[in-house]
Amino acid sequence: MSTLSRADVANLARLARIEMTDQELEDLSTEMDVILTAVARVQEVATSDVKPTSHPLPLRNVVRADVVTPSLTPEAALSGAPANEEQRFRVPQILGEEA
Amino acid sequence: MIRLSAHEMASALEAGETTSEKLTQEHLDRISSVDADVHAFLYVDTEGALAQARGVDAARKNGEKVGPLAGVPLALKDVMVQKGVPTTAGSKILEGWRPPYDATVVKKLKDAGIVILGKTNMDEFAMGSSTENSAYGPTHNPWDLSRIPGGSGGGSSASLAAFEAPLAIGTDTGGSIRQPAAVTGTVGVKPTYGGVSRYGLIAFSSSLDQAGPCARTVLDAALLHEVIAGHDTHDATSIDAPVPQVVKAARDGNVKGMKIGVVKELNGDGYQAGVRSRFEESLELLAKAGAEIVEVSCPNFEYALAAYYLIAPSECSSNLARFDAMRYGIRVGDENGASAESVMNLTREVGFGREVKRRIILGTYALSSGYYDAYYGSAQKVRTLIMNDFTKAFETADVLVSPTCPTTAFKIGEKANDPLAMYLNDIATIPVNMAGIGGMSVPCGLAPEDGLPVGFQIMAPAMQDQRMYSVGAALEASLLTEWGAPLLSRIPALGGAK
Amino acid sequence: MSLTYEDVIAKYEPVLGLEVHVELNTHSKMFCGCATVFGAEPNTQTCPVCLGMPGALPVVNEKAIESSILIGLALHCSVTPFSRFSRKNYFYPDMPKNFQISQYDEPICVNGYVDVEIETDEGPKQFRVEIERVHMEEDTGKSLHVGGATGRIHGADYSLLDFNRAGIPLVEIVTKIVPGTGKYAPEVAKAYVAELRDILRSLGVSDVRMEQGSLRCDANVSLRLIGAETLGTRSETKNVNSLRSVERAVRGEMIRHAELLNKGARVVQETRHFQEDTGLTRSGRSKEQAEDYRYFPEPDLVPVEPDAEWIEKLRASLPEQPTLRRKRLQEEWSVPDKEMAAMINADALDIVEATVKLGADPTRARGWWLGEISRLANEKDVAIADLAISPADVAEIVSLVSKGELTDQLARQVVEGAISGEGKPAQVMESRGLKVVSDESSLMAAIENAIAAQPETAEKVRNGHIPAAGALIGAVMKETKGQADAARVRELLLAHLGQ
Ligand SMILES: [Zn+2]
Repeated sequence: MSTLSRADVANLARLARIEMTDQELEDLSTEMDVILTAVARVQEVATSDVKPTSHPLPLRNVVRADVVTPSLTPEAALSGAPANEEQRFRVPQILGEEA
Repeated sequence: MIRLSAHEMASALEAGETTSEKLTQEHLDRISSVDADVHAFLYVDTEGALAQARGVDAARKNGEKVGPLAGVPLALKDVMVQKGVPTTAGSKILEGWRPPYDATVVKKLKDAGIVILGKTNMDEFAMGSSTENSAYGPTHNPWDLSRIPGGSGGGSSASLAAFEAPLAIGTDTGGSIRQPAAVTGTVGVKPTYGGVSRYGLIAFSSSLDQAGPCARTVLDAALLHEVIAGHDTHDATSIDAPVPQVVKAARDGNVKGMKIGVVKELNGDGYQAGVRSRFEESLELLAKAGAEIVEVSCPNFEYALAAYYLIAPSECSSNLARFDAMRYGIRVGDENGASAESVMNLTREVGFGREVKRRIILGTYALSSGYYDAYYGSAQKVRTLIMNDFTKAFETADVLVSPTCPTTAFKIGEKANDPLAMYLNDIATIPVNMAGIGGMSVPCGLAPEDGLPVGFQIMAPAMQDQRMYSVGAALEASLLTEWGAPLLSRIPALGGAK
Repeated sequence: MSLTYEDVIAKYEPVLGLEVHVELNTHSKMFCGCATVFGAEPNTQTCPVCLGMPGALPVVNEKAIESSILIGLALHCSVTPFSRFSRKNYFYPDMPKNFQISQYDEPICVNGYVDVEIETDEGPKQFRVEIERVHMEEDTGKSLHVGGATGRIHGADYSLLDFNRAGIPLVEIVTKIVPGTGKYAPEVAKAYVAELRDILRSLGVSDVRMEQGSLRCDANVSLRLIGAETLGTRSETKNVNSLRSVERAVRGEMIRHAELLNKGARVVQETRHFQEDTGLTRSGRSKEQAEDYRYFPEPDLVPVEPDAEWIEKLRASLPEQPTLRRKRLQEEWSVPDKEMAAMINADALDIVEATVKLGADPTRARGWWLGEISRLANEKDVAIADLAISPADVAEIVSLVSKGELTDQLARQVVEGAISGEGKPAQVMESRGLKVVSDESSLMAAIENAIAAQPETAEKVRNGHIPAAGALIGAVMKETKGQADAARVRELLLAHLGQ
């Protein structure tokens, strides 16, 4: 099966927003190899005639009526915030514009 | 008093033989004396629990109608949010967070007058089978403190076995209720997916997670099951149907004429000898109680573990993205004009443990473009095959059974550096989660070779949870007759000594 | 140096693609019960669900699904029998869960079209813009950037987040590529967005206020040499917040692309941001590595399978299509083409219709809204709909004029007073003392005064030189401060002078 290089793991860590040390990247790329080889077994039986299952229940059209319910108070909403200002969540400078 | 079943405690409260406040205090005292050794709790809510207990006592005194478990204490797995009470899911990233809302399960517990003693230890974000992955240190198995209490809900199962609480809430994504129950000699039930609301359950893998009752007896589990189950409009995957009559089934314990299917693939090689012998004996007891034992084959179960280790990490990589240091939880590296992006990266590096990172990376890979079909997509197909196997097996049997785990509790540290060996613990419990059906683990004795508890797993079709309780109660009654006393009466004494 | 638009279209063919995001006007958010009031105090419309708190779960707003289906039906789409939500995974501080619940390969509606008509050199011409998909998703929160250049993301010291908008239902309407517009690409783009806006407004599913962000357009533009088969590289321009900007953005991008291509440079596939002040676009942060959104079916939500009964019920509730309505109104009101176009352009159709419904004559109603009222709106730089004068006020003024209680001149003063906030027409008339002088004795007195002041003019009239009466009438009107009915003054004057 495919092996993951250190650079591959670094790219995954970037997508997942986790800073990683060189040692971690190294360890993970080794571990991923072992794990991926084990999990790749699913491909043995996942033939094209099998439909994928995303939800274990056959539920459909579960909706709620368009009715307003009480929100949190701003104090409660902000209670866990590492920083807040002017009733807003204060966050470090944002570099990139939204995708 | 603390060694009684929850049902017996409730009767004593009803009869006025004790008060909830006294009962709660006794459990708090027990926690004070033994939890330094067991470490089942991450947070003990002494004041909150006593206040709640006094409330129930007052209500009872005023002649108000209270629920069947009102006033009985309970230990809550730290993955359930409880308003105002520190909730971490065993992770450093949520250290100090006090949720501004109650999970639906918590709301139901409070409404039923069940006293919440505190939050129990768990593998970080429920990822693990030993509770060693908790950011706050491992929990110890009361049967042997050098061994694991199972995971991820090791704190809940250990609290039961250590008589720190008669009831506990667990969550089960791949076996996190049943495996801890098995290795601690307690009862654990994973209800049908959608049977208990997930609202307020900190998600690990949304399509697999399910909260359920943990207890020392089958009847206690059933009583708790009925409290927490039922439709919830806040959970779109919640089933809008009456709760199966589990208490009645647990009281009756009737298996006469029931067909019990032994899953061929969940036994044999890789299963410890003592586990197998206890399992076989249990089958004989059930046959004596009037059940018909048949063998069924579920050939695709051998792929369940692989599929699970793709689906769960994939979903978790997305579910755990919200822990980003912006709105709650810890924030690391916010200095010298650092960007939000770098603060997110550093916080997640520091805040997540090794296993969590491993699974996030694995899941990120399995969902990434070019690999989706080969990994996540294929795993979803395996899921279909497993469901088909179950459907077919349930055509010949009313319930399916197997050992809950291949082995008894292993030593703390023994498998910590071998993820694959650790994952094998869940081999018998995972198929149930993949299909969204119900599963239960009932203690069925001690393995002769190590004297540690063995679990007997019962699986029932979706929304037929009562069948597990019928079988579980029948087996429990037969074993009690054999043993003369509950299994937990044989647990070594705890307390004081380090 | 820089190319003219004519240079560009002489050599290249533009290919358009338009993505419009519409905020639905549901009472509650897409996945939770929080209110959706625009302009509320920060973080007062938030809850565990829309703040992405641990443990919280989404549940779909039924009205949002129905609105999306209505939109699809109005755009001639088919409603898909099986549709699902997916997670679009990427990190951004104003997106609470760090994934957006959206729809990916299983949208709610697919394959529709919108016909638009524009003025070309050869007269009006129709273009068909094909719709690829209509899908549902949720909006993000809003960031306020503090420090550095005010309000700008670049150079800011930190940001403040308000999640009131997070989780408001959005519908994204994506066109197929639109080739064949030639030099009219900017006009077609604008006309499409305008038509879409009218359709959405007629459905009542959104406020469609571009300036408030409830309708947002991303314009994709690419160029290829005329006659070429393959498509050029496209840029995606965001932040286009008015109809005029849609046109400017497309035109601007066409020129920018052509300049690059002429130099032999490459057009970079990227997101660009339209700048209202310059009419130019600037590059968003160019990403070192491609985003990978890792879409997968949202496990917390179950599929949507609208049955025929539901769809037909919604179809039956569809209002008249804006194009058909325009045709009908033009006929009913007998409006010439040019004036009809002016009315549509001024966005006055709804308001004129409302005025007519209240009993006003269509021509007069149109005259007021497009004439005096539009002039005053222009002076104030606001839309006519935002002035403090209602269709009911205008209908009343029209009626007073036709009853002779107001002259046109007086009516103009009433309109002006109403717009200045002096109240309803009756109040303005009262407070300003505006009323036709119908008391004939006072009119006769004014006529006597005028004759006394201009005896020679009066003599001319007596001698049959009728046009000379104008000066006398003017004097009477002046004395009565314009509150006399000029026609009646004329009658009385001529009779008095024996004519
Ligand atoms: Zn909300």
